[in-house]
Amino acid sequence: MDQSFDARSVPGRLTRALRLIGQAPLTAKFGMVVVAAYAFVAVFAPWLAPYDEVEVVSRIPFDGWSAEHLLGTDQLGRDFLSRLIYGARNSISIALVTTVISFVIGCLLGMFAALVGGIVDQIISRIVDALMSVPDLIFILMILSIFGSSIPNLILIIAILTSTRFFRIARAAALNVASLDFVEAAKVRGESLLWISVNEIFPNILPLILSELGMRFCFIFLSIAALSFLGVGIQPPTAEWGSMVRDNAALINMGDITPLIPAAAIAFLAIAVNFVVDWLLNRASGLNEEG
Amino acid sequence: MRMTSHPILSMVIGRIGLGLLSLLIVSLVIFFSVELLPGSYASAILGQTATPEAVAAMEEKLGLNQPAVLRYLAWLGGAATGDLGMSFAGRPVMTVLGPRLMNTVSLAAITALIAVPLAIMLGILCARFRGRFIDRFLSTSTLASISVPEFFVAYVVMMVLAVKLQWFPSMAGIRNSMDFGEQLYRMVLPILTLLLVILAHMVRNTRAAILSVMASPYVEMARLKGEPEGRVVMRQALPNAIGPIASVVALNLAYLISGVVVIEVVFVYPGVGQAMIDAVRNRDVPVIQACALIFATAYIGFNLIADIISIVSNPRLLHPR
Repeated sequence: MDQSFDARSVPGRLTRALRLIGQAPLTAKFGMVVVAAYAFVAVFAPWLAPYDEVEVVSRIPFDGWSAEHLLGTDQLGRDFLSRLIYGARNSISIALVTTVISFVIGCLLGMFAALVGGIVDQIISRIVDALMSVPDLIFILMILSIFGSSIPNLILIIAILTSTRFFRIARAAALNVASLDFVEAAKVRGESLLWISVNEIFPNILPLILSELGMRFCFIFLSIAALSFLGVGIQPPTAEWGSMVRDNAALINMGDITPLIPAAAIAFLAIAVNFVVDWLLNRASGLNEEG
Repeated sequence: MRMTSHPILSMVIGRIGLGLLSLLIVSLVIFFSVELLPGSYASAILGQTATPEAVAAMEEKLGLNQPAVLRYLAWLGGAATGDLGMSFAGRPVMTVLGPRLMNTVSLAAITALIAVPLAIMLGILCARFRGRFIDRFLSTSTLASISVPEFFVAYVVMMVLAVKLQWFPSMAGIRNSMDFGEQLYRMVLPILTLLLVILAHMVRNTRAAILSVMASPYVEMARLKGEPEGRVVMRQALPNAIGPIASVVALNLAYLISGVVVIEVVFVYPGVGQAMIDAVRNRDVPVIQACALIFATAYIGFNLIADIISIVSNPRLLHPR
């Protein structure tokens, strides 16, 4: 086996990545464009939004669409479009942070369990099994009711629950790599477990975890939206798409589709990410048994 | 293994034992995560301003001055006999949840009764007409249905059928005083939403189960003998795919649980899911614990059924040598 992957990756990682994207199917390209558009809106929210996130700009709550307020106003007379734009920033950034934390915890623990093995592996795996035997939403609701729903609590709880999925995959993938010669060589050299995990194992299992990363982002994003919709997620006055649907739901009974826009925005992003994930999965399907 | 007469029996019993074990672990998690509550929950009920004496009296009343292990055993014993303690509002948890549990179960049962045969039928159709329009349409809608939040589906359904067309009421607030027909009429929209949320996934899994059987050599043989494709699917592939299909269906029903919570809230349906959300907002810990236990039991139960079906339907285990 050729282990000099450092030498191989020298001829332009970036150009290779660009070439790869060029070969992607249309749905995946579409997905990437949509994700980029959302990212743009999220990053430049303060410049794009006509009004402030929490500023009450109109005396009339639930005002209709007008030139002044393109999508009307919400239940407190805040500009709906502005909140939609800031909502992109809040919803996406919180989901992203949560995904990254769960990814780091799950992968590190998974690789650690695979490398150490024995009783430590058994204990961690059984704890993960126990966490996975309660439906996610129910578990999150229970913990939030105890600790209260602040954004850090929300992030931490969802990150820990989701890390169980990363743990499973990282552990299974790392078990295959852990017995290979270059890992043995690193152990003999006296490298620390963390160094071996990050430098020897992680690059080799990354392709398998990548599609899971996208899928879990979607899942976290949807969970946070659902929790906020239920009124126990991100609390007002922070603009969040799920809670915007909840707060303006009364409009639906009057036949106004405005409250459906944030919900559609959630769905659209999740579909776009899933298009990209689908492509990654198909590419990795030769390697990935988890599917 | 050799002691019992039949390997299936011992495997099923072993699996049930495993299910009970995970239920026990879940009950431990549910009970002891409350112990992590900063401060005692007597002060949480009484609020910040409570005097220490009042808190102590409340703890005495709730039995909180006993060790956690004893309280856990009492709670578990009570739960096993259908007594889930008193809610913070002062009513027995079972009187609060009992009728709601019936509502949720009937909602889920009616949905399952419609979804399961429909999903299997559509799955067979997809496998039969693989790559054709119906197949591609259903795979695309699966992708959509895992991406779209449940409340979005619910509100679109409500918008179209209740607000625009006015065929059904937008609120499903059923009461015992209504007759069954009226209750059913009000349940149409929640059931329809749940179906939309769950169906595509079930169909996709059914299709995958049949197609994996279709890839085996004996199916190829049947084709080579000149059997028509429809007959190959129905006579050759389906009997062997029943086990995997049944298990994916049961798994999907477990997935229904989180959908139920959101949909009950949207349609103001008086079920356990809504009770749980109310309890979370009021921080009514005994009710939350009871709801979590109910949902987790259902979840573990469905997983258990899925596993048992796949054990029982394995023909190699049915005829031991």
